[in-house]
Amino acid sequence: MRGMVEVRFHGRGGQGVVTASRLLAEAALLEGKKVQSFPAFGAEREGAPIRAFTRLSDTLIRVRSQIYTPDVVVVLDPTVIRAENVTEGLKDNGWLIVNTAREPGELKKELGTKAKVATVNATSIALELLGAPRVNTPILGTLVKSTQLVTLDSVISVVNSTFKGKVAEANVKAVERAYREAKIEEV
Amino acid sequence: MMARKVLALNGDEAAAYAVKQCKPDVIAAYPITPQTIIVERLSDFVADGELDAEFISAESEHSALSACIGASAMGARTYTATASQGLALMYEMLFVASSFRLPIVMSVANRALNSPLNIWNDMSDTMGARDCGWIQIYNENAQEVYDFTIQSFRIAEDHRVLLPVMVCHDGFVVSHSTEGVETLSDSEVDSFLPPRTPVYPLDVENPVTIGCVGVPEYYPEIKYQQEVATKKSIQTIKEIINEFNESFGRNYDIIEKYQMDGAEVALLTIGSASGTAKDAVDEMRAEGKPVGLLKLRLFRPLPVEDLRKALSGLKAVGVIDRHISFGSMGGALNMEVRAALYEMRERPHVMGFPAGLGGRDIRVEHFIKITEELLRIAERDVLEEDYRVVGCRGPGCIGP
Repeated sequence: MRGMVEVRFHGRGGQGVVTASRLLAEAALLEGKKVQSFPAFGAEREGAPIRAFTRLSDTLIRVRSQIYTPDVVVVLDPTVIRAENVTEGLKDNGWLIVNTAREPGELKKELGTKAKVATVNATSIALELLGAPRVNTPILGTLVKSTQLVTLDSVISVVNSTFKGKVAEANVKAVERAYREAKIEEV
Repeated sequence: MMARKVLALNGDEAAAYAVKQCKPDVIAAYPITPQTIIVERLSDFVADGELDAEFISAESEHSALSACIGASAMGARTYTATASQGLALMYEMLFVASSFRLPIVMSVANRALNSPLNIWNDMSDTMGARDCGWIQIYNENAQEVYDFTIQSFRIAEDHRVLLPVMVCHDGFVVSHSTEGVETLSDSEVDSFLPPRTPVYPLDVENPVTIGCVGVPEYYPEIKYQQEVATKKSIQTIKEIINEFNESFGRNYDIIEKYQMDGAEVALLTIGSASGTAKDAVDEMRAEGKPVGLLKLRLFRPLPVEDLRKALSGLKAVGVIDRHISFGSMGGALNMEVRAALYEMRERPHVMGFPAGLGGRDIRVEHFIKITEELLRIAERDVLEEDYRVVGCRGPGCIGP
């Protein structure tokens, strides 16, 4: 993808939606890109639908509005799909990345999107490796495998600088496994 | 010695990191959204031994600023941060700080005022405090927050200025947005910002009185001196910005010009809306429309002469305020720009566009509509309305 890339994250309060958005930005910053990462703050409460945004570009990013026509949509919680129109404004040549056990093709049909779809069961990876349903790091593994917005190495390096010791180790494993286990729609 | 690093920081973190490098002696603050991150980070720096400062967790913003006033009067480099209701609660002490000529630096993460309760961005807080004698600097992004927090200490403590400074950034839009910020090394900040040298500090060996009664026989002279000092500070602020530019390879000014060559109409912006508006200007330019933009960085003191110069020759100007001064002509910036231009023989039409109240998202499309309106005004050479609210459902408003 060239020029400015806009990513919109959907999830629920407490899942680390804002952190996922920031980790992606920090990984791109490591690669010398210009970045912007910010949450859409509503009334913050655990469990409520939440959005966060990331912009990546080779040149200075000036626009500061929210993202209405994303190139990539990342859904951290599959139940949000019933609460919000997650594909709203998603570009036809974009990507939809969803944490779900379901197949990409099935989801694509259900949501009626022309965007390419990738899925991963990030919840089971997180429960097994992190001991809690914190899907924000594993979903990034699937995001970079499908979109190649940044390298896997950059994500791992940011995860290592954000977390410490065993927590960092477990999160890196989760990212790597979600990278391997990503189900990407055949194109 | 640390070299320059590009760090991922949001606006609040950029302010806190800059403050740490400026080595304040005293920080007194009370946390309030969306400024909270600044206070949290600074208390971490102090607790971790990275910053040797007295950190006072005050019981209210009124107390926080009162503590800053006492500390600054003793000669300490003093810092605080607030927003919205917190700034409102400081109100009476704001006048005391400026009248004492105390170089306190205060970050404000701009937020709307109640009611209804709203934690999101607009500039009702600092615009409402425009007449309290503080210098006001408005920033577009986290990089500017970082750079101007450092410059604010130099400006405030300069013996030709000696005034408190509010260094403002938009709540959430900047305060909670993470960007890459090129930070200076500690030694670079040290070389730009030497320790404070107070003029008349409170000192038991050399007693002075400050804050006594100012009877009518003396009060006007004191206020006159304050006014002269505030007006004269514009020149010093320009000098300090130039020195910062030359030392660290930046390119700042008190009024930033964007695409103004050949412009017939222009947006006059303040704060983070400037970035989105610049993208709109680019779109209009791509269609061959003579549109430009001026970003005002310094609102107090108002650089009246610079504004007249920058706006002369234009046919129409749209002033983007981020608040409403109820019952007048939109926002304060619109009114002041109009007043500044009134005695010019050739002056542009000036229309106000209060936008983005209480965190309403302002998009490129809004600025396209505003510039189209400005082009119509320029073509017909008639202004029919003093202002129109932007980003609002209502008769005569521009777009939700």
